[in-house]
Amino acid sequence: MNDALLNVAGVTVRAGDRALLSEVSFQARAGERLALLGPNGAGKSTLMRALAGDLTPDAGTVTLQGRPLPDWPLAELARRRSVMLQHTPMGFPVRVDEVVALGLPGRRRGNAGDALVGQLLDRFGVAHLRGRAYPSLSGGEQQRVHLARVLAQVWETPRPRLLLLDESTSALDPAQQYRVLATLAALAEQGDYLIVLVCHDLPLAHAFASRVLMLDQGRLLADDTPARVLTPERLAAVYGLRSRWLDHPDGPVLHVEGALARSPDGEVPHRALP
Amino acid sequence: MRAAEPRRWPVAPTLAALAGLLALGMVIAALAGPFSVAPATLWRGVWEGGEQPGYLVVRDLRLPRILMAALVGAALASTGAALQGLFRNPLADPGLIGISAGAALGAVSVIVLGGGALGDQALPVAAFAGALITTLLMWRIASRGGETRVALLLLAGIAIGAIAMALTGVLTFLADDNELRTLTFWAMGSLAHSRWSDVALVAPWLLAGIVLMPLLARPLNGLMLGEQAALHLGHAVPRAKRAVMVLGAVSVGAAVAAAGQISFVGLVAPHLVRLLIGVDHRWLIPGAAALGAVLTVLADTLARTLVAPAELPIGLVMALLGGPFFLVLLLRRHGV
Repeated sequence: MNDALLNVAGVTVRAGDRALLSEVSFQARAGERLALLGPNGAGKSTLMRALAGDLTPDAGTVTLQGRPLPDWPLAELARRRSVMLQHTPMGFPVRVDEVVALGLPGRRRGNAGDALVGQLLDRFGVAHLRGRAYPSLSGGEQQRVHLARVLAQVWETPRPRLLLLDESTSALDPAQQYRVLATLAALAEQGDYLIVLVCHDLPLAHAFASRVLMLDQGRLLADDTPARVLTPERLAAVYGLRSRWLDHPDGPVLHVEGALARSPDGEVPHRALP
Repeated sequence: MRAAEPRRWPVAPTLAALAGLLALGMVIAALAGPFSVAPATLWRGVWEGGEQPGYLVVRDLRLPRILMAALVGAALASTGAALQGLFRNPLADPGLIGISAGAALGAVSVIVLGGGALGDQALPVAAFAGALITTLLMWRIASRGGETRVALLLLAGIAIGAIAMALTGVLTFLADDNELRTLTFWAMGSLAHSRWSDVALVAPWLLAGIVLMPLLARPLNGLMLGEQAALHLGHAVPRAKRAVMVLGAVSVGAAVAAAGQISFVGLVAPHLVRLLIGVDHRWLIPGAAALGAVLTVLADTLARTLVAPAELPIGLVMALLGGPFFLVLLLRRHGV
């Protein structure tokens, strides 16, 4: 036994002949903030689905607190891991506080007047929207409402808890992105949460994560601190991006300068920035 | 325009008011009609014996019919509310998406071809089977890959409804005169032939839907976020889906067996209740059941009083009232 909250061992997922994930293995503890990076089609979403327990890998296992995901009863799993999907369309005129109340645990679920609803909306700076119709919100506001809902689901569970966030801040403006991620990072740092965040914004991933997992074509290319993973060489190889590290009083900052005129495999990018 | 800040009426008083409205509507329905009944006659007709014509009209004709209307309306409306939650689409009405047509086909087959060993229960059972098959078909067509496709759902509903009606038409050709008269009643929906024996036959099925459907409210609430998110919340989604479809088919099958096809009540009642108390299925489903009962009792009262002593089919009355409502709903959804 070890103290890993999440243990991913040799996970392989195939779709027909194609491997969406090939023998992905890593472990993570509560308190860690993982950024899952990689170009489109790298297997990030597939890995998130495997971590959430939505799909059973063709090979390998995912265990949470030492227990394989398929062995968790649905309701018990829901008390320990919470998932925010990329898209959560709602067809009904639901109110913001009602959306958050859908995440409340046990018999409290659905009670929009619950104190925790206001508290979590406040934490993400959207308490003033609680009476609004969810469909009338902007994309960024909707994402913050869902973050409150996803947290409500596991807020009062004994720690540790797993948060899986799939591009959960993509619709926020840059300042809000940093603010929301700082809020989440603070929760993780207290040792209560392991957060896995899928992200496309490399500097943001660097600012948020304690550890970066780089996926490419279904393989885990790198798993280390942001500074060690996000090297100019690797970003050029994986994304075809030109980048460098800048010195800053608070520590080095990743600066993405643009796409390479020609990616390493010789393909011409759609549009090369100057 | 949708309201940016939806108002919610307090749940308990609103539900109580709906129940009161239902009681009031049933009393009005019992008093109204070509044979005028005084309130005192109604009271004594219900609680005392006696063979006076007024008592007989109340006890043997109006009461079973009103009770049947209330049960049918409640079952259709609570099924509508649950199906709308399941399909994540406020336009999913059992009549509009072809389920009632499937149930009618099942019922007509029994009328024309005979019910075999099932006896009296053959009609509701066949209607249930027809409703269940169409529900499953709709589900497979419209919700591939976890997302319900709205346009596909409504279009497939029209197609399936048309196919079921065509098959019903084929059966009509095989029917004799006596059967034809019964069949006409299916085409447009009517409660004119509801007696106590009919109520006894279908009430258990209708009540099963009305009473059990609210038990599925929590997973239906979770499903508002989509199937995957509902699973992540810990809801047993596949089981809830099956339960809604089977219960819905039982309700619609029994309703069609009792009254033929009545559209729109499953659409209008949940929509209005959603405007009043919001989208929480724990209150929405019973609220819609109460309002659906009110609307059906009132529509049936109009059906038998507007052109008295003749009668309009209640399906027509409901369509005349509900059709424009549905159009307005569609146009508002698309911002016209």
